[in-house]
Amino acid sequence: MSAALTAVTRGFQGFARYLGGVLGADAYTKYLEHHQASGHTTPPLSEREFWRDRTDRQDSNPQGRCC
Amino acid sequence: MAGTPDHRRSAARGEGAVATDTSLPPSAVDETAREAEEKKWTPGKIALWAAIALLGGVAWFMLAIIRGETVNAIWFVFASVCTYLIGYRFYSKVIERYITRPDDRRATPAEYKADGKDYVRTDRNVLFGHHFAAIAGAGPLVGPVLAAQMGYLPGTIWIIIGVVLAGAVQDYLVMFFSMRRGGRSLGQMAREELGVIGGTAALIATLLIMVIIVAILALVVVNALAESPWGVFSVGMTIPIALFMGVYLRFLRPGKVMEVSLIGFVLLMAAIIGGGMVAETSWGVEIFTLDRVTLAWGLIVYGAIAAILPVWLLLAPRDYLSTFMKIGVIVMLALAIIVVRPEISVPAFSEFASRENGPVFPGALFPFLFVTIACGALSGFHALISSGTTPKLVEKERQTRYIGYGGMLMESFVAIMALVAAISIDRGLYFAMNSPTALTGGTVETAATWVNSLGLSGVNLTPGLLSETAANVGEESIVSRTGGAPTLAVGLAHIMQQFIGGTAMMAFWYHFAIMFEALFILTAVDAGTRVARFMLQDSIGNFVPKFKEHSWRPGAWLCTAVMVGAWGAVLLMGVTDPLGGINTLFPLFGIANQLLAAIALAVCLAIVAKRGTFKYIWIVALPLAFAAVVTITASFQKIFSPTPAVGYFANNAAFSKALADGKTEFGTAKSVAAMEAVVRNTAIQGWLSVIFVVLSIIVIATALLATVKAFRSRAQGTAVKDNEDPATPSRVFAPAGLIPTPAERKLMAEWDKVPAELRFERAGHH
Repeated sequence: MSAALTAVTRGFQGFARYLGGVLGADAYTKYLEHHQASGHTTPPLSEREFWRDRTDRQDSNPQGRCC
Repeated sequence: MAGTPDHRRSAARGEGAVATDTSLPPSAVDETAREAEEKKWTPGKIALWAAIALLGGVAWFMLAIIRGETVNAIWFVFASVCTYLIGYRFYSKVIERYITRPDDRRATPAEYKADGKDYVRTDRNVLFGHHFAAIAGAGPLVGPVLAAQMGYLPGTIWIIIGVVLAGAVQDYLVMFFSMRRGGRSLGQMAREELGVIGGTAALIATLLIMVIIVAILALVVVNALAESPWGVFSVGMTIPIALFMGVYLRFLRPGKVMEVSLIGFVLLMAAIIGGGMVAETSWGVEIFTLDRVTLAWGLIVYGAIAAILPVWLLLAPRDYLSTFMKIGVIVMLALAIIVVRPEISVPAFSEFASRENGPVFPGALFPFLFVTIACGALSGFHALISSGTTPKLVEKERQTRYIGYGGMLMESFVAIMALVAAISIDRGLYFAMNSPTALTGGTVETAATWVNSLGLSGVNLTPGLLSETAANVGEESIVSRTGGAPTLAVGLAHIMQQFIGGTAMMAFWYHFAIMFEALFILTAVDAGTRVARFMLQDSIGNFVPKFKEHSWRPGAWLCTAVMVGAWGAVLLMGVTDPLGGINTLFPLFGIANQLLAAIALAVCLAIVAKRGTFKYIWIVALPLAFAAVVTITASFQKIFSPTPAVGYFANNAAFSKALADGKTEFGTAKSVAAMEAVVRNTAIQGWLSVIFVVLSIIVIATALLATVKAFRSRAQGTAVKDNEDPATPSRVFAPAGLIPTPAERKLMAEWDKVPAELRFERAGHH
């Protein structure tokens, strides 16, 4: 019973993670990964700064949405 | 390579520019191993594909040949899914092998330009969802509904065959070529490949086409919300909900996208339920019952403000909501159709299939069916999404087939489901809803009399059915609710109530459908205005450099005003058109969208020719020729047809003559002012058709010239310059499709053993 429950929870978590990925919710995590991997010496942007920068850049670089 | 000590030195590593690091496992599956795997047909594999082919064949047989009294909706699902699978497995592989020839040893822009922000390697399945959410909107939901006028079969065939041979090919090629060019936009590629004349024509055409597309999407929303207090309230509420989400994400909990999307979704549902309550109060009816002209003006003002507001406040949060709803709705609709399996009684070919005076849209099946269904079969707008955003996120070159070709197949499936939903409702009801007021008279009695007078087989519409359906979906009236969205909403409510909730829930499902269509369209209107504004700013910037500064406020405001003014004018024209609006303007939308497709395919043709692939160039030439013939024929008929219902100028002349003769009413125009409006509108629509077709012919001609030139240089043995970014070796590996192959699994296991710091290290970065 508990094994089935774990499987359901895991499945749901996986789906939530996937949906989050599609929405772009993991952008900050990926930015941190990139920052670390590319060996920057400067500290990374904080989460708040990162999202601020992200939406502000979209102001002058809009992404199309289709009909 | 002989004498290399490393035993793993093989073709998978490559030579020269793409020779990959020997301290890492190969970044691509060994070519011969992959070939062997693909060519090996195990009995299980043969049985599987034989079963798919058989099931698809039976389904097509049921739809196209048997055509009994009724046909079950499940056959639409089988026919489409089996055809998609075969197209994906076989045809897109041919394109991959002979046209695109991806090389996984080459790094993608997401790798060699990685910046953690715009260029980010993204998991292929996540990117598939992301790309799908960007390309799919209200288009595939609306076109098939209108096309149902001609019966179910012509639309079904065009959606399914069209996507396999045209739409998905375009999306895949544009995405691949843009990826090879660091994620350049279609406009930039047109300029590079076709030169100044072709490039400029492509740019102007794109700009005008965007204006038309935004205007007609807006017209669909206006038609769906007019005289509907419930709809106006719940869709209006999306604005404060989005603003709240924006503030929440900016100041309260930055980055909690999932959390805020869930909150937004709950608020959205509350807005739909609340709308029902508000619409029952007398003050609610008084405040939120708006006529079309007021709504159109509201939308124009909204569009102007939304395009100037910062992205974080309105556009980004509403985009989250829209994506959330998109995926949910599509999964739900597919489930409902599979579970409910409605019986369809619409004939395969209706009485209007062989005529050119259909009330929903005028014109003969060829070419007008093919322009009415644009999104879902072949949509040029996708070329703008497939170039630019998605290519910057692709992890490996081979994945573009799955994301580009596969993503478009998915959109086509959405179109099929919309078609099924639209034809599952009573046929008489369909024509009463989709014909302009000028024909139906606007009341249930006149509409029923008019529909019955059409002489459609098996149609006997009663005024009672019209008022009962309206009451069920919580609307005052459903007569002449043109634009496709209300019909789809009734169809969806009809199917969903059998799945969840029964008749009592129909009103909720109807407004749920209206809400998500409005949400998609508002996002497209907002994003479209912004994209168009920047295109205009950059174009003017070539003459007045100050305009290139995106942060220069007066420039931004002026260009926004120009773009909103342009689509707003077309929208108002459609709203006030005495002839009905949707039926005169929708063909222009389809023509515009497919001319854009022809432009994108023409650019691809030139690129393929420059790469020296002449033997298989028909893969691009075939959809290009078809799109060109369809759109140019449609444009010519719109311009030169002597039938007033079809030809803009014929209509213009008829009304001008009536005015000159001193008549005070003519056809469906009941006053001199209305007649003058027709004269004005038809002239604008006619001249727009002329401009579109001339620009497109210029683009296609320059592409053909570039192709011939490439062919000549190849014959003479001179090298043709390509505009790809230089190849750099890749240091990552990921599988190409949904399910990794055994060889890919083996290689993934090898990569898993590599220490993390070695895996992500990037040479030459900082």
